[in-house]
Amino acid sequence: MMVTRKRRLAALMAVAMLAVGVSACGDDDSSSSSGDGGAPPPGVTDTTVKVGGHFPLTGPAAPGYSQIPKGIEAYFEYVNAQGGVNGRKLEYIARDDGYNPTNTVKVTRQLVLQDKVFALLSGLGTPTHTKVVDFLNASKVPDLFVASGCLCWNEPEEHPWTFGWQTDYLTEGKILGQYVAEKYGGKKIAYFTQNDDFGEDGVKGLDMEIPKDQVVARETYESGNTEIGPQVAKIKAAGADVVVAFTVPAYTALLRLAQVQLNDVTPLVVSNVGSDPTTLGGLLKSFSKGKADTSLIEGMETASYLPALGDTENPWIELFSKVRQEYLADEPLDGNILYGMATAYTFVTALERAGEDPTRQGIVDAIKEGDLQGPGLVPTRYSADSNAGYSGVQIGVVKDGVIELTGEPLVTDAGEGAIEPYTEEQPPPPSEGVPGT
Amino acid sequence: MAATEQRAADPGVDPAGLATRLSRLTLTRNLGIALVAGVVLLLISNALSPFDNLQLATMAYTFIAVAGLSLLTGLNGQVSLGHGALMAIGAYTAAKLFAEDPGPGWPLLAVLLAATAVTALAGVVIGAAAARLRGPYLAGATLALAVALPSISERFPDFLGGSNGLTIIPPLPPSGLGVDFALERWHAWIACLGALVAFVVLANLVRGRQGREWRAVRDDEIAAELCGLHVARSQVLAFVVSAACCGLAGGLFVVVTQLAAPGAFPLALSVSLLAAAVLGGLGSLGGAAAGAALIVLIPRWSDDASAALGLTTNVQANLALAIYGLLLIAVVLLAPRGIAGIFGRAAHAVRTRWESQQMRRHERRGEVG
Repeated sequence: MMVTRKRRLAALMAVAMLAVGVSACGDDDSSSSSGDGGAPPPGVTDTTVKVGGHFPLTGPAAPGYSQIPKGIEAYFEYVNAQGGVNGRKLEYIARDDGYNPTNTVKVTRQLVLQDKVFALLSGLGTPTHTKVVDFLNASKVPDLFVASGCLCWNEPEEHPWTFGWQTDYLTEGKILGQYVAEKYGGKKIAYFTQNDDFGEDGVKGLDMEIPKDQVVARETYESGNTEIGPQVAKIKAAGADVVVAFTVPAYTALLRLAQVQLNDVTPLVVSNVGSDPTTLGGLLKSFSKGKADTSLIEGMETASYLPALGDTENPWIELFSKVRQEYLADEPLDGNILYGMATAYTFVTALERAGEDPTRQGIVDAIKEGDLQGPGLVPTRYSADSNAGYSGVQIGVVKDGVIELTGEPLVTDAGEGAIEPYTEEQPPPPSEGVPGT
Repeated sequence: MAATEQRAADPGVDPAGLATRLSRLTLTRNLGIALVAGVVLLLISNALSPFDNLQLATMAYTFIAVAGLSLLTGLNGQVSLGHGALMAIGAYTAAKLFAEDPGPGWPLLAVLLAATAVTALAGVVIGAAAARLRGPYLAGATLALAVALPSISERFPDFLGGSNGLTIIPPLPPSGLGVDFALERWHAWIACLGALVAFVVLANLVRGRQGREWRAVRDDEIAAELCGLHVARSQVLAFVVSAACCGLAGGLFVVVTQLAAPGAFPLALSVSLLAAAVLGGLGSLGGAAAGAALIVLIPRWSDDASAALGLTTNVQANLALAIYGLLLIAVVLLAPRGIAGIFGRAAHAVRTRWESQQMRRHERRGEVG
């Protein structure tokens, strides 16, 4: 008898669940147009603006990068506390794609079709975001400040709604390449890069500056496969004097640990996206079960388009430290949170510029006006015929666990153009730390 | 209790319930069901938002794969942990044949048929090997397939796109439907139509001679052989039909997501297909539909729930898996024949109660008389 009752209960549960499922499917709302004319665009109400992005919140690319949305949210809260943008509070939705392109397709559609965001902001990753660019452009959703330095975000003819933000990997590769070619003239140089557009763009830039006969090894890794011992052994066997890496943080840490296991102390030059010392310190500690820490990457060289965290005198770092203290008290200010806040600042500038009643076309036009340097060390390339972000980087070195910038900011183009120093003083943030104040 | 056992002895698919009595002819009955289901799905699809249509399309192609697996395991007794890999074969076939950026591709129907056919062909090879294996060995072999096959794409990055995958231009709705017709609704229509076709074909196979043969082989191979059945051929055929379903599901997956990448077909997919088949009720097409709906809806519910409860990302990422696990345990303990079994038993209980009431009334009348 007892059993029958239990079974009946199970049946009832199943029926109830299915009923909930049907009702969950039943909310009819077929507004899918991009909202031109009188009605406000999707994601914009009288009191709010909703934007969102996709990030690896779990999985191998999550360490470090999962902090970026926290930075965005913290800066948005700071802006909201000062009345928002044109009276509207900012909302941010970060959805987890685990750096898996299939999930990116899923969660991006969820953001656009279900959450009905006004725009995408800072969707992260090259292999991931390339899968949704067509969808976003076909749906006429502003695809702002993709968190990746792929050249492919700057195709204004084909993808007018997509905008890059950080310095592209080719430009960064050129500048790092010139630095390495000067410092290690005549020495043996090895590359270690991610086997996709990210690594390839970087190598393209490096090869423009580093003489081909100096490159003794060109090793790659597949994101997701953490077994990189063979590649590192080959680099050691080639007798490299320096390793230039275009890697995500997890693979920078794995590279360093694999070197240590081979008693290899060859110095590293790492691209901006894989070099945040706080993230690397945590990764080194967790991969080595507590035996290694930031001391392993002391002296590592990299490049940055944002002010260095160690430069506490810089007014932008002061501003973002203050925001972190108020809205993200239990997290240290690392490169990823700084990145998130700086992206959010750029977005707020553009939204402010788009006026009292922002439209999707309006914010795109506002960005194309250019002059969005904000917290950057170098100007942006946004213009009527360019959707590209920052135009250069400054070389930096890890000292006592923080990046210290050396020399001066360098700018160039994503082509054959020369590398030139950028000498203008970085403009300070507005007094209240919110654009337009 | 005796009646329950009698029912348990006949695990055949009974998607029709009362309709079985109305129509004796399997084909017309199944076509009728498909027609009614088609009209209902059309009405549902028209009422749904684009995102919910996307979920409907996902349910539809998942149903096809789950139904194929449910048939293989439930009716023919072969366990497979590799059906996600079979979906990958269908998906990559479709992605290669669809219009890639330059040049025109095959028409939609031809692509889906080719995806089905190529996967069925793979099913012949795998099925021939599978027919020689039993129980855990078969599960192990198919498991290896699920692990190894998707990484083949990384070996041939130029042809199969590596871990980046292949992207296609989505099939657009015909202009006759109007400019505002949502792409997602069109894809839901395509996927649902595919699911209905698969349903009619499978339901006929299952109710017919082939289905009886499969069940006979599942229940006792030696007895089946003594009856003159070709056991190995019957098992290979079951695998081929099952693989063809996965091929169609994979093809529709590409239509809906415009992407074929190794990350879409992890081991977890194969396992969740099996979980859906067990949750719904092995061997039941209705159960497969319920199971497919659950594996699409559970992640959505768990996301909403964890957002509402403010859970951390790590909990959120694993909540859906935990719910699957709990549901699976509950189903295996409380309703071994899954959701379909629950409904079947409920319908049966109503019928017996009604019949016994009739009987009692009859008896009483007899006493009075």
